[in-house]
Amino acid sequence: MNRMNRDQLAARVARDIPDGAYVNLGIGLPTKVANYLPKDREIFLHSENGVLGMGPAPRPGEEDPELINAGKEPITLLKGGCFFHHGDSFAMMRGGHLDVCVLGAFQVSASGDLANWHTGAPDAIPAVGGAMDLAIGAKQVFVMMDHLTKKGESKIVEHCSYPVTGIGCVDRIYTDLAVIDVSPHAGLLVREMVEGLSFQELQRITPTPLTLWTP
Amino acid sequence: MVDKIVHSIEEAVSDVYSGATVMIGGFGTAGMPSELIDALIAQGAKDLTIVNNNAGNGDTGLAALLKAKRVNKIICSFPRQSDSYVFDALYHAKEIELELVPQGNLAARIQAAGAGLGAIFTPTGFGTLLAEGKECRRIDGRDYVLEYPIRADFALIKAFQGDRWGNLVFRKTARNFGPIMASAAKCTIAQVSEVVPLGELDPEVIVTPGIFVKRVVPVGASATARAA
Repeated sequence: MNRMNRDQLAARVARDIPDGAYVNLGIGLPTKVANYLPKDREIFLHSENGVLGMGPAPRPGEEDPELINAGKEPITLLKGGCFFHHGDSFAMMRGGHLDVCVLGAFQVSASGDLANWHTGAPDAIPAVGGAMDLAIGAKQVFVMMDHLTKKGESKIVEHCSYPVTGIGCVDRIYTDLAVIDVSPHAGLLVREMVEGLSFQELQRITPTPLTLWTP
Repeated sequence: MVDKIVHSIEEAVSDVYSGATVMIGGFGTAGMPSELIDALIAQGAKDLTIVNNNAGNGDTGLAALLKAKRVNKIICSFPRQSDSYVFDALYHAKEIELELVPQGNLAARIQAAGAGLGAIFTPTGFGTLLAEGKECRRIDGRDYVLEYPIRADFALIKAFQGDRWGNLVFRKTARNFGPIMASAAKCTIAQVSEVVPLGELDPEVIVTPGIFVKRVVPVGASATARAA
């Protein structure tokens, strides 16, 4: 089967972000989505440290330590972009003003619970940042992740075994194998699968009931 | 004449006392008032409770304050980073207490303190480990967690320009926690890159009104004191 690589996955997510959307891309893999946003759409990228209208990385030598994103990487500001303090920034998130946020995940449950902040290991130093605010704040929460862990266990589960970040908050899951909607009525609804993968095989490796979407 | 300009950074932090709760602005190193923190280390206050988004980077700024063993407790959202080794070691040695707060709740609790609110109901964190044992309420079909304001005795922040009335403007993403911390502390001390004469800051773009600021101290090579 044609498992998607990380760039193909980012490009697939980018296709679903509409013109005019206010979007937050989480730290890590979701950041890649910015590279694939269609050039004919005007999309506003928000970063929770206090910037809207985030542009691409600066050219080498043009970095400004006071112009960074939530991952603390140097960025640029697009014409029309602006800065604001943390209170306003999280009001944009928590107040439902962002259209889409894209997050990475350890696990997503059948009811859309998200686990992405803490492995629960007793010696791990917990760090949460804006993950819980992003999980419950945006109008639509997209998760992008590998379908299986390195050990071959499904990251889509009946119930999260890792500590949750938010309850029932995920709307759509993009994995390297499939695009799956989390529907409050129909459960996990498979919208797309990569070429060469059968629904039966996808269901076999996913330990919670899936439904194949039919137009 | 009101003049909040302090010309010595040592004088600016001279009354920070041991046991105080101190907010420190900045997101990572952007907006971190490093010179004020260095002056606080030299001043010697200890047993501090620190409020910051992170728990220090590398060996400078907040990390240096932690390394000097001046901090009993830190309230933050994201302590663990690639270069947070000073905090990591103290945490594993149980030499520092951590109160972990989701970033938006940290901001909202600081704002609640500044706005004089008794508490807030926030949807962030509901159903998670970070809401365990806390009062929850369903309002209009959505679940919320009761969280209390975070107040401080002092706030150390970094701004771009300031005037003698304490009005401040910030630079790019270094603004982050500065304005909201300024409102939530009894004594806010702002280090600025430039002091400008009263009236020079456009009143339409002043981000932090001087009422929230007690002291302004010019810092750095480009700092000029043109105050009038």
